[in-house]
Amino acid sequence: MAVVAQVPTRLGAIRAIPRRFVVAGILALWLLIFAVFRGHQTLALAAADLTGLHRWFNDVNDSIGADRNSNPLFLYFFNEIRLVIDNLVTFIQSLISQPSSGRGVPQIGWLGVVGIVGYLSWALGNVRVALLAMAGFTFFGLQGLWQESMDTLALTLSAVFVSLLIGIPLGVWAGMSDRANRIMTPFLDFMQTMPTFVYLAPLTLFFLIGPASATIATLIYAAPPAIRITAHAIRSVPATTVEAAYSLGSTRRQTLTKVLLPMSKRTVVMGINQTIMAALAMVTIAALIDAPGLGKTVVKALQSLDVGTAFNAGLAIVVMAIVLDRVTTAASERSATGVPSAEGRGRAPGRLGGPFVKWRRHLLVAGGVVAAVLVYLSHTYVWAAEFPGEGSTGSTIASAADTVTTWAQDHLSGMTNALRDAVTNGLLNPFQSLLTDSPWWLVGAVLVAVGAVLGGRRAGVTAGVCVALLVGTGMWSDSMTTLASTAVATVLVMALGVVVGVWMGRSPMADRLIRPTLDAAQVMPPFVYLVPFLALFGATRFTAIVAAVVYAAPVTMKIIADGVRAVPETTVEAAAAAGSNTWQIITKVQLPMSRSALALAVNQGLIYVLSMVVVGGLVGAGALGYDVVAGFSQGELYGKGLAAGLAIVLLGVMFDGITQAAARRTTAVNGRRH
Amino acid sequence: MAIHLVAGTRPARWRAGAAGLTVLGLALTACGGAKVGDTPSAAGSSSGGKCGTFNLAVNPWVGYEADAAVVAYVAEHKLGCTVKKKDLKEEVAWQGFGTGEVDAVLENWGHDDLKKKYITDQKTAVAAGPTGNNGVIGWYVPPWLAKKYPDITSYKNLNKYASQFKTSESGSQGQLLDGDPSYVTNDAALVKNLNLNFKVVYAGSETALIQAFRQAEKKQEWILGYFYEPQWFLSEVPLVKVDLPPYKEGCDAVAAAVACDYPVYDLDKIVSTKFAASGSPAYSLVKSFSWTNDDQNLVAKYIAVDKMSDEAAAKKWVEANGDKVAAWLK
Repeated sequence: MAVVAQVPTRLGAIRAIPRRFVVAGILALWLLIFAVFRGHQTLALAAADLTGLHRWFNDVNDSIGADRNSNPLFLYFFNEIRLVIDNLVTFIQSLISQPSSGRGVPQIGWLGVVGIVGYLSWALGNVRVALLAMAGFTFFGLQGLWQESMDTLALTLSAVFVSLLIGIPLGVWAGMSDRANRIMTPFLDFMQTMPTFVYLAPLTLFFLIGPASATIATLIYAAPPAIRITAHAIRSVPATTVEAAYSLGSTRRQTLTKVLLPMSKRTVVMGINQTIMAALAMVTIAALIDAPGLGKTVVKALQSLDVGTAFNAGLAIVVMAIVLDRVTTAASERSATGVPSAEGRGRAPGRLGGPFVKWRRHLLVAGGVVAAVLVYLSHTYVWAAEFPGEGSTGSTIASAADTVTTWAQDHLSGMTNALRDAVTNGLLNPFQSLLTDSPWWLVGAVLVAVGAVLGGRRAGVTAGVCVALLVGTGMWSDSMTTLASTAVATVLVMALGVVVGVWMGRSPMADRLIRPTLDAAQVMPPFVYLVPFLALFGATRFTAIVAAVVYAAPVTMKIIADGVRAVPETTVEAAAAAGSNTWQIITKVQLPMSRSALALAVNQGLIYVLSMVVVGGLVGAGALGYDVVAGFSQGELYGKGLAAGLAIVLLGVMFDGITQAAARRTTAVNGRRH
Repeated sequence: MAIHLVAGTRPARWRAGAAGLTVLGLALTACGGAKVGDTPSAAGSSSGGKCGTFNLAVNPWVGYEADAAVVAYVAEHKLGCTVKKKDLKEEVAWQGFGTGEVDAVLENWGHDDLKKKYITDQKTAVAAGPTGNNGVIGWYVPPWLAKKYPDITSYKNLNKYASQFKTSESGSQGQLLDGDPSYVTNDAALVKNLNLNFKVVYAGSETALIQAFRQAEKKQEWILGYFYEPQWFLSEVPLVKVDLPPYKEGCDAVAAAVACDYPVYDLDKIVSTKFAASGSPAYSLVKSFSWTNDDQNLVAKYIAVDKMSDEAAAKKWVEANGDKVAAWLK
């Protein structure tokens, strides 16, 4: 909280004029100078042109590839990591998905997997999630996607396992130390916003083509949410509680294990869930480097625009996400209500009463035996090893999805064109031309000034450095085009996020109904819904914005809902008793009190929007997204793609810095620690 | 589990054990059926023979998938190879030549940059001759447009219609929808050098291009875009190519000054240096594999339109074209 200390001095200078007037003044000045200098020094770079930096990146990439077999770093470092991860994934695959040791089928067949999943969900969670998990897994078989699903599960489990192994300790550290947090944040921004396409090809150079590369690609993208949200959780524990613990003589370690971790458990689990979601969101991209599983089915189907088949496989990914999410959530609730010791997990929650506690232990043993029998059967008998039937449910789903898509394409496009043109001409085009046609130094100065006013000196400096580096990448003009779309998308994301998030936070019923849709939007491979969107909106920047909103809005909704729910019920009741109506409760109590959640939502919303820039490039957004994709596809453009990827990261770091600092300042001014 | 078993009282363990045993007994008596391993699986693993494992890269487009399906089918069934298909983007596949994870790429579209890097510089790959397919790249319009305005298929008349091609992305100019980032395009230079009142808009993916053309044909909308053949989509919507000034040797030497059509590419095969020297029968198959655009389009249609599996599509074609396959195996 270094910023907090600086606030009083800086406030002194600015207090005279409210910040929003200063920002408005800066913007007015911008417009004025824009009118004079329009079209000068815009640093535009044509699609096929390269700068010296881009060529240098190409050379570095080539030289790494050339001495791969003699470099000790490869021989003793990357190869070892690859071996460990390859073995982990291959081991899980031989258990559940791939034929092993000449058997023609995996060690454990579908019946055994369903049995284990059901048993574990019940033992760690409750009966309801156990039934859900068993139904979900059986559904994969009915879809005709058993083996593909198990391959995806094997890969996801490995990636999530390694992510958490690294992520939770780092998150706790970042939560307890401001310095660690400050150092880690740009790296996390980097990992979450650097487009996978940029490092996908180099990864296969380091870790070869195979499960290791796929796992590591997934891990890079999936670990940051675990770290960030764990840190956020630790920080959200009220300062008074922590101080009380210290004043009662707790050591740092005791405070961590007895106060901070138990009190932040609920939010940490949200981090785990987000990690799972992020890992599953990578399934299709990893398929481009031969990662086995559902992603391959999606990619293959989309080559011939077979939306039905792609949707069927996408649905399997969604079902897997929902099952994993609900089981982990139930497990955390059990551990939170049960005895919070290491071996307390299996014990029943106290609230369910005596007889159940007594019987639960016996039932658990019996259930374990049943699961073991199912595993044995599925190991031995063909009918329990290979899922019976042709997967006819899958073809039904596929043809239904095809019908719906075709109908929507044929009947909705009139309306959708009007919407697209309204947003494009009314909002996007003016903003974009302001950004791209202004001289670079003008936009740079505006960014630095706005950053400094909103976020303080540190954010201003960050913005300045990022602007300088952006110019250095040679991708300035494309960055500004992307920035315009990103800003529009983020505004839409936040608008949706606040409306739906507050609704979900206030109504458990709404939460239950909406949440599966949000999960679906986060993990359904974008192209499955983008094919109909392409028909509706064409290959345009608007389609790219829609894609970003679909992907980024769910996370903001979830975070805001969580924040609204965390507002103490007594406060809300007090406000209601004092005669506040619903609108007043929301705007005067619930939203202001969930300010830190709102800040996190803006931050994550922006980062998620930026992580969709490349997908946007695939559907008509052009600019940085297209540069990255082209760099992945054409050797000569590799360096330019890398530079474009860096530009996306720089945009991310800059806005992350500004939004976080701004959030800290607003909350600090209001006298709360967070 | 162990903790609970130990902690549990004796009767509890007994009861649970009895329940478990009952279930086990029931299960074992009630369920029978074929055991795993009773019927030996397909001959694939047993007849490996001298061919061994053949690592075949499969790049992500349907035409390539057709090539790979047929070559893999022949290698497996006629040569007894164990074929490992690896789904990879081009760049990654070429990289695999050096790391020993890819033996062959079956349909290479030009890619002089990759050839220089891996064949000339790193010497990890060698060319293995043409596939017999001709790759055509150019500007296309949907059939309804070419029918209604026959003169539109000459670049000279494009300016006349430019305003019709306007979209939300192209401002006051007509839109030229460019595309799949995998292929080199000179379109920005072409538009400039041919003085066309068009703006290049990057669709960004094959999916976006196909969807744009499909929708345009269905709704009779105006569209001009970059496309290529052989491509399965042309069997659904036969796009019509716009004539640009004809290609002449060297007219594309200076990228910024290009004012002519794209050359016709002879698609070719690339293999890893190691594979070429291995004496594997799979290598001689790859080397002599050659077929026409019509052949590929047919298999691609089986896969993309008739939704057959790769294996089934390849089988159907191989059985109908025994003579061609026999020529590859000589």
